[in-house]
Amino acid sequence: MSILINKDTKILVQGLTGKTGSFHTGQALAYHGTQMVGGTHPKKGGQTWEGPDGETLPIFTTVAEGRDATGANASVIYVPPPGAGAAIIEAIEAEIPLIVCITEGVPVLDMVRVKARLEKSNSRLIGPNCPGLLTPNECKIGIMPGSIFKKGSVGVVSRSGTLTYEAVFQTTNAGLGQTTAVGIGGDPVKGTEFIDVLEMFLADDETKSMIMIGEIGGSAEEDAAQFIKDEAAKGRSKPIAGFIAGRTAPPGRTMGHAGAVISGGKGGAEDKIAAMKSAGFKVSESPAKLGETLLEAING
Amino acid sequence: MNIHEYQAKALLKEFGAPVSKGVPILSHDDLDGALAALPGPVYVVKSQIHAGGRGKGKFKELGEDAKGGVRVSFSPDEVRENVKEMLGNTLVTKQTGPAGKQVNRLYIEDGAEIDRELYLSILVDRETSRVSFVASTEGGMDIEAVAEETPEKIHTIAIQPEPGCTADDAATICDAFELDGDARADGMTLFPILYNAFVEKDMSLLEVNPLIVMKDGHLKVLDAKVSFDGNAEFRHPELAELRDLSEEDEKEIEASEHDLTYITLDGSIGCMVNGAGLAMATMDIIKLYGAEPANFLDAGGGATVERVTAAFKIITSDPNVKGILVNIFGGILRCDVIAEGVLKAVEEVGLKVPLVVRLEGTKVAEGKAMIDNSTLDVISADDLDDAAQKIVNAVGSAA
Repeated sequence: MSILINKDTKILVQGLTGKTGSFHTGQALAYHGTQMVGGTHPKKGGQTWEGPDGETLPIFTTVAEGRDATGANASVIYVPPPGAGAAIIEAIEAEIPLIVCITEGVPVLDMVRVKARLEKSNSRLIGPNCPGLLTPNECKIGIMPGSIFKKGSVGVVSRSGTLTYEAVFQTTNAGLGQTTAVGIGGDPVKGTEFIDVLEMFLADDETKSMIMIGEIGGSAEEDAAQFIKDEAAKGRSKPIAGFIAGRTAPPGRTMGHAGAVISGGKGGAEDKIAAMKSAGFKVSESPAKLGETLLEAING
Repeated sequence: MNIHEYQAKALLKEFGAPVSKGVPILSHDDLDGALAALPGPVYVVKSQIHAGGRGKGKFKELGEDAKGGVRVSFSPDEVRENVKEMLGNTLVTKQTGPAGKQVNRLYIEDGAEIDRELYLSILVDRETSRVSFVASTEGGMDIEAVAEETPEKIHTIAIQPEPGCTADDAATICDAFELDGDARADGMTLFPILYNAFVEKDMSLLEVNPLIVMKDGHLKVLDAKVSFDGNAEFRHPELAELRDLSEEDEKEIEASEHDLTYITLDGSIGCMVNGAGLAMATMDIIKLYGAEPANFLDAGGGATVERVTAAFKIITSDPNVKGILVNIFGGILRCDVIAEGVLKAVEEVGLKVPLVVRLEGTKVAEGKAMIDNSTLDVISADDLDDAAQKIVNAVGSAA
């Protein structure tokens, strides 16, 4: 099993006709035949998208129309920042179960409005400002490079896009492979937190171990550590390795991710690492040793 | 983006918040006009820099006994004396670092009679994903110390985006401040005003420390600190003129013009990385191998050849840089684009220090081939560990 997506996931693309959406839709189609079923554009409904290798997809005016015509149960958003919040809300209103927003640079107050709307719905949002998710050999939503994945047993969850790739690449090289990798995104207000994904990995039989990649800022890693501790006390546990980026970052500066800032002594790397260790994580000192560290966690 | 206190107050005044009458001074020539415009008899001369702790700050050029960066004056002559001492000098506060900041602007304000000092801020609380008021009766002091020592004195009030700050919310905030009479009536109007200003202008922080209850029983915004959400800049062309470039690092300004996120640090290894997390992790691993990063640079997901070239030029313009590490794990960003940008930049600006390039991900074979087939002296690395060791060794042996 995998979590969230598999070979049966049918995906609509919001922002298919832009350069980024177009490129990555081509890559997704080429990845084990991910079921990209159409795109939306408010003014280009009825037209046909053509991919780099001559593939075609229908374009719909709205998400609801696209869902009715294709049976889509997921959407991926490449809409530029000014329209990204509205695009997420359109997908929520069309009752799309899984919405993945790749867009970087969404105004935080737009996300506050989205989050209030999301809480009253049955949709799950991943992102924004995230690389998406991927289940090896089955389905790729977003921008992760498919070539580094291998079907296997590790569940990967990360706040950082490119560090997700490191974790995937290293678990592939360690011979373990992945069930699913989920990039939850680096923004302070987002759809899905570590805990949500860790819960799914714990419940998934094929996921035998987990990697969590966090970074400075906020308290999501501490919350996740507490969750892992509480679940272990109930007898639910799997080997887990972790890493925190930003140990050397100066306080008070936003390091690119709007979420990554240490303020008022809160959100520092050392506190997070201590919380994770006390919950039974093997924490890697180096971003190059994620695979090795997970092997240590597995082999006790 | 941060703005000065006087700009923040002018903005809040537009929304109807009560602020003191004041006039900004950018040069000595502005002083007579300012004094004529203010009624006196009490004036406050305030240094305008993007850092807190101004009142307790010290001017580098003046003696230890000299007064700080915010000075109460009781006559126009005293104002003149203070302006002479402050304008153009360097103020060091606990937030500026030891180098301090040059005071190029002053704000001269009408004095206010203070009864109580309160702390108010509005921010996006990531725990609740709501815009929240933070309210404390312990105003005018270091709020982080209050949070540490007496957390029960800090109240957080979350506001629902629909309908916004309601009368009930305003009443809850009034209660947190223990307001009654005229001050309470003022608060019922002021708190929704501040919320609306925060939302309409896409602020990421609005801090009023202190908000005061005056001796006449009314509320006034005595200090104001405002930061805006950089992601919402496109909605607010009107805010661009508030930016004070003299407050920012030159290389960081240039980087922002190319949509790069760049932060100057103290070390010797220049870094160009894609993604904030990997960029931080790259800094961490450089340190792990015993060297220090010269910068944080996130080339972002949508980098073009031009942007990569610009990034490379910014890194090489730092005289502290003794070696460069390019670490790219391509998702959105394609390795061939990075390779082309790096090669083009090296051709344009030359290469005087060791350069290690590590590429992985989308179009990696094409990117690596371009680097390997070039005649330039670039050290290729296989993975992050290899790359970090190679650049640290190269810089070590060059030094």
